Amino acid sequence: MRRVVVTGLGMVSPLACGVEETWKRILDGQSGAGPITKFDASRVTTKYACEVPLGDGSDGTFNPDDWMLPKERRKVDDFILYGIAASDMALKDAGWLPEEEEDKLRTGVMIGSGIGGLSSIADTAVLLHERGPRRVSPFFIPGSLINLISGQVSIKYGFKGPNHAVVTACSTGAHAIGDASRLIQLGDADVMVAGGAEAAICEIGIAGFNACKALSTKREDDPQAASRPYDEDRDGFVMGEGAGIVVLEEYEHAKARGAKIYAEVLGYGLSGDAYHITAPSEDGDGGFRAMEAALARAGLEPADVDYINAHGTSTMADAVELKAVERLLGDAAEKVTMSSTKSSIGHLLGAAGAVEAIFCVLAMRDQIAPPTINLDNPAVKPRLSLAANKAEEREINVVLSNSFGFGGTNASLVMGKVTD
Amino acid sequence: MSDVADRVKKIVVEHLGVEEDKVTESASFIDDLGADSLDTVELVMAFEEEFGIEIPDDAAETIQTFGDAVKFITEAS
Repeated sequence: MRRVVVTGLGMVSPLACGVEETWKRILDGQSGAGPITKFDASRVTTKYACEVPLGDGSDGTFNPDDWMLPKERRKVDDFILYGIAASDMALKDAGWLPEEEEDKLRTGVMIGSGIGGLSSIADTAVLLHERGPRRVSPFFIPGSLINLISGQVSIKYGFKGPNHAVVTACSTGAHAIGDASRLIQLGDADVMVAGGAEAAICEIGIAGFNACKALSTKREDDPQAASRPYDEDRDGFVMGEGAGIVVLEEYEHAKARGAKIYAEVLGYGLSGDAYHITAPSEDGDGGFRAMEAALARAGLEPADVDYINAHGTSTMADAVELKAVERLLGDAAEKVTMSSTKSSIGHLLGAAGAVEAIFCVLAMRDQIAPPTINLDNPAVKPRLSLAANKAEEREINVVLSNSFGFGGTNASLVMGKVTD
Repeated sequence: MSDVADRVKKIVVEHLGVEEDKVTESASFIDDLGADSLDTVELVMAFEEEFGIEIPDDAAETIQTFGDAVKFITEAS
């Protein structure tokens, strides 16, 4: 089977626009949470979230004008804007802006989203109700469809390979990277731009997740303490937004052009819970089987894993995942560090798996495990380290990233340093 | 230039992101001002909104240039 490596990274996160700035702030233990500013939150129960910091582009802020002309931006939902921005960063980081037709034919895109243009759909529904169908914009549909990040990126750079999009709720980003890797392994493409994007911080999004009893509600006085995976006082996830994009490339292709190689995608495992629409099965068996399959595909043993980026949403399900991880690792748990970066940036839903895969790559590059912040009063007694409130410098050669989504959909990615 | 022409020009400049001096009497939205078929649908909607008129689909198809738009709207409003 052909080998797949990561050669480019791009990110828009609630901590910053950009991979390195976000990573610096993650390691520093910062939180991206604050009062909701994107809409009037007076009617919804949860009034805080992890929003992308808007600004003039300096000091890690996100300036929409840097990524799309205003006249084009008007035609797309924010999840597409974030996806295009992160894709641009990843492609420039990879140095992959091909001009030859053959290269364009061999480059594909697989960028997904959990929900897509929720805010645009809600606004247009109101417009339809109040003003009638003739006022619905011709850009409403192409500006809301989930696969239109892939479409836009393909058009912008002329990529004519596989053009696909994943929709598996909070597993989207991980599934996109895993599925895109498979396409390269099987020879459908040599390069894939893969990941996820989300922008669901809008009134209907918060109201919907509040109705599911999934969001934190009790920390209006201190939003930065709201996302607290594994902590006794956790009360739900904090909604985040943004995008994570990686450039995946066939190993020989990357070597031949002298690309900077961050990591190798070694294994990818998928499973279904067949249990409940929003809750994981109580024994965590679905997550366990996804991790087990990813390791088997990588040809590795549980004892080979050094760092795990947990799904860890700051809900009751944290303990279920931990149980599954410790069942997988056995005695090897003693030497593993697992953390939830959702403690810093909240839950980016369809972008989460991609953003977290990037953190795994950086953890390996810098030999440091990012912290689980706000872990003051652990509700669990783990055998592994949760990197509570402080990044852990340690040897990291193999990483595993978990993503679990509504509908009982699970994905695990295993990545490692490239060895010949 | 008439009041109608000024208002139409403002909409065209905003929606298509073009320089004002490019929006001449004979400028075609698609051939000269970079619009695609979806842009022209949106332009017509913006004209309807601005002038409080209804432009039926078959009439909209005849509005190809800035001059066409000004003429149609002047007659309709």
